[in-house]
Amino acid sequence: MTLLLLAHFVAAAVAPALARILHRRSFLVLALVPAVTFAWLLAQTSRVTDGHAVVEQISWVPQLGMDFDLRLGTLQWLLGLLVSGVGALALVYCAWYFKPDDPSLWRFTGVFTAFAGAMFGLVVADNLMALYVFWELTTVFSYTLIGHNPVRSANRRSATQALLVTTFGGLAMLVGTIVLGETSSYTISEMLADPPPAGTLTTIAVLLVLVGALTKSAQVPFHFWLPGAMAAPTPVSAYLHAASMVKAGIYLILLLEPIFADVPGWRPVLLVLGLWTMILGGWRALRQDDIKLLLAYGTVSQLGFMTVLAGIGSKAAGLAALALVLSHALFKSVLFFTVGIIDKGTGTRDLKQLHGVARSAPLLAVVAILSAASMAGLPPLVGFVAKESALTAAIESAHGPLTATTGWLTVAGLVVGSVLTVAYSARFVWGAFMTKGATGTSPRPTPFDAPKALLIAPVLLSLTTLGSGFFGAPLTELFHPYAVTLPGEEPEHLALWHGLTPALGLTVLAITTGLALFALRGPFATLQDRLPQVVDAERVYQRFMRALDRFAVEVTALSQGGSLPTYLSTIFIIVLVLPGAVAATALPGTQVRLWDSVAQAVVGLFIIVGAVLAVRSRNRLQSVMFVGATGYGLALLFLLHGAPDLALTQVLVETFSLVLFVLVLRKLPERFRRRPLAERRSWRRSWRLALAGSMGLAISTITVVAANARVHEPISKAFPEAAYAFGHGKNIVNVTLVDIRAWDTLGEISVLVAAATGIASLVFVRTQDVEHSWTRRRSHVEVISSVARERRSVILETATRLVFHVMILLSLYLLLAGHNQVGGGFAGGLVLGLALLVRYLAGGRAELDFAAPVSAGFVLGAGLAVSAVSALAPLAFGGTVLQSAVVELDLPIWGHVKIVTALLFDIGVYLIVTGLALDVVRSLGSGIDKQAEEDEVTA
Amino acid sequence: MNAIAPSLTLVVVAGFLIAAGVYLLLERALTRLLLGIVLASNGVATLYLVVSGPAKGAPFVGARPTEEMSDPLPQAMVLTAIVIALASVAFVLSLAYRQWRITGSDDVPDDAEDDLIKRLAERDEVSSTYDPDTQSTTTADEEDATA
Repeated sequence: MTLLLLAHFVAAAVAPALARILHRRSFLVLALVPAVTFAWLLAQTSRVTDGHAVVEQISWVPQLGMDFDLRLGTLQWLLGLLVSGVGALALVYCAWYFKPDDPSLWRFTGVFTAFAGAMFGLVVADNLMALYVFWELTTVFSYTLIGHNPVRSANRRSATQALLVTTFGGLAMLVGTIVLGETSSYTISEMLADPPPAGTLTTIAVLLVLVGALTKSAQVPFHFWLPGAMAAPTPVSAYLHAASMVKAGIYLILLLEPIFADVPGWRPVLLVLGLWTMILGGWRALRQDDIKLLLAYGTVSQLGFMTVLAGIGSKAAGLAALALVLSHALFKSVLFFTVGIIDKGTGTRDLKQLHGVARSAPLLAVVAILSAASMAGLPPLVGFVAKESALTAAIESAHGPLTATTGWLTVAGLVVGSVLTVAYSARFVWGAFMTKGATGTSPRPTPFDAPKALLIAPVLLSLTTLGSGFFGAPLTELFHPYAVTLPGEEPEHLALWHGLTPALGLTVLAITTGLALFALRGPFATLQDRLPQVVDAERVYQRFMRALDRFAVEVTALSQGGSLPTYLSTIFIIVLVLPGAVAATALPGTQVRLWDSVAQAVVGLFIIVGAVLAVRSRNRLQSVMFVGATGYGLALLFLLHGAPDLALTQVLVETFSLVLFVLVLRKLPERFRRRPLAERRSWRRSWRLALAGSMGLAISTITVVAANARVHEPISKAFPEAAYAFGHGKNIVNVTLVDIRAWDTLGEISVLVAAATGIASLVFVRTQDVEHSWTRRRSHVEVISSVARERRSVILETATRLVFHVMILLSLYLLLAGHNQVGGGFAGGLVLGLALLVRYLAGGRAELDFAAPVSAGFVLGAGLAVSAVSALAPLAFGGTVLQSAVVELDLPIWGHVKIVTALLFDIGVYLIVTGLALDVVRSLGSGIDKQAEEDEVTA
Repeated sequence: MNAIAPSLTLVVVAGFLIAAGVYLLLERALTRLLLGIVLASNGVATLYLVVSGPAKGAPFVGARPTEEMSDPLPQAMVLTAIVIALASVAFVLSLAYRQWRITGSDDVPDDAEDDLIKRLAERDEVSSTYDPDTQSTTTADEEDATA
């Protein structure tokens, strides 16, 4: 089963390519997948009939109850056969239905096949979560199939409507399944064996699941999406909206019936909504002129019929429900295929314009009339067999499990529904095939021309309709394993003749009344028009959608004013009110030390002064310098705290970002814009000051409380030993970065690459970052002469060139030594970046390109590749990701050398930091220069 | 007991840095906002020093006994944070530059889209993506579905 399921999705994936080569004939190849599924299911028949389910189990996340279990019982077997059989035939039908040059075939083929797979998965899944996933997959595929031709706005609306209604139900169902899964088991067969305890919780969960089933199977009040879905191409209507997807809800109800039939609400909901749907669908079907819509309302009506049977919940009703599911799938898909052929042959589906199609397409007429007769419940077709057993089951239900009143009301409702069914079946045959004309005038037959091959699917299906009516007894045997799971007496066999039973009488009554109703169609239509329109569910849906949209607008306007300071203030206030206030209550009793050393206090004072001055200054450059001062002060704090690595990196980063600020600020106005006097004096400023002060206080309080509250020993207590034993390094901080917590570092360098890409794309919207200078390498003299004369400084240039190589050596030293001493990839990369920055400052962008004739993107990519490869490499040697190993070598000059593989990872970090630096200097240095020059030229 | 009695100096320094950072964050000029971020992240880096406990020696194996080493884990975290901060400084600077190139100022204005929605709400109107077509999907004009 798993393989078959997989085959569907593989086929769906290759379908677009296949459609390019074979065009519409690709459908014939794709049909093989469901056809093989069908054959496999047939081969399982004897096992399933014996009551042995076919089970396949794949464990996925057992802790969450997410196992991928497949299970084939009677119910699954029947639905599976319908899904795969009708699916294969629908695909064959598609091969002639679509125009050879249809441009969207590639998409349709893939989605249609994927739908067949999802539907098969839905049926055989034995896990609630898997079932839900397949359930929603069918919804999504149905959405794209309904919107196959998205040019028409009505199609788009139909598709959206179907999607929203069914996902609404799907979400309700998800909540229900989670409750059921948590209280019982996520494995459906286990849940059936050991149902969740009866109680309010279970009742609510079951009703929520019913909402999902009823929306999917288009029951009142959610029925309206199904007629709307007729915007889909006809094969889709035949397959999804008649034979398979709309049966998913019925399937779910039948599946849960054995354990939930007695849950409060289950029977009333199903019986009332089912009967209502059956009668409403039939009533509406009689008003349609579009024969496809007529069938759609017919489907709604029949789904209501099935819901009623499922709702009764006795052995006999269960058996009848299965017979009805089978017969409906057979006749309704044929009828839709017929509509497709008529549409294609005549160019219309309006029964007022169709005349004498029976004469131009006699075989089609025979096939369709057979199916319509099965729909109406005429002998000797399977539809008659199903309806007989259904009426019998309903009559018997008055003695249990239903009460006498409910039982007889149900019978009455079913008879009314059947009358309407007979009438609209007749209307369909008459409308699609007969010649209509007022008082003897006989209009010319509608011209008809359609490929004969389209008849393959309907002919095969009608033969089944015709044949299976005679095999009531074997069908009973096949369905029996399901029926016995329900309460009630042993049902009678499905058969064409049970003798003169009450059910037969009711059938005769329904047929005669239905035909009479058809004969009186003129007056009846007038009556229908006179009756006031009751509530239209589609209007309610539209009003709801409008209200939802309005609500969204109001909420958005209220919550998203668009002002950044407002957003930030909101966040800060929440921080103050919740964690801040809570921390303040915990403050008494905490302990603090004054300082670690007097030096710390001195540096701290320096930082505080810097911060205050940075806030007060309104000169951009000045503020930057004060902020920089706090950064250097921080480096001192690091040093005092026994963190030389941090101090080194902080100094490098601070220097680098100071230069970056200067590079950008040279373009921006010197001073910050003056606020209007009123605003500066107003409460806003005091408010900001108060908020900022409270935030500082709150964070300090939280810190004191949190530090005092630590109960566990820090995990890093084990680091020193681990660093040397597993990481083979003495610098614990560096080993932490490249080994113990290397996953963090991997994530971080990915962020660096992303940031670098973002920076480059913000500055270089149109141009490339490096002027490929290695392709036309220039001499030193040329490079120097490309810098504007008044900006040159010979001393700076010469000194830079001398110092440049020393800095490169230093950066390499930091990289290589970092594992055991101060340094590492970050510090090394920053030094190299500073070296490049200095070259740029001295000689401009040509000098930078000369010093680093590579694209920053290349360096970044290489770095990421090196890190990733070195992270994954241990896997090849049977290790785990990011495991370190040590390689010891005896080299002639260096003597005994120990190389730790983590160094390779650090080299990746080194390259990425260098790449980031290069990227930033190119963007904020060279890039801004270039744009300034361009501006001068254009000015 | 693993509780830390934090150094008040560090706590106060962090508080000041964060307060200054928040103050600048509430401004509208992008470069000032950025300085606010830098100050605040310096403040947070200081908090990591609080977490690492009393000041001790540098964490190098063999240089000193384990008990005399400062906690290496917060150091590693701050090290990555510092480098990320550099990347974000560069990124926001290029944003500010771009904003200045396009609008002539580096101020962050109120979102125009949000303003639009506010006006929709005032006029009690639906959103621009709402499809006002209420004709029933089953009675809309039909075309050839295979077209």
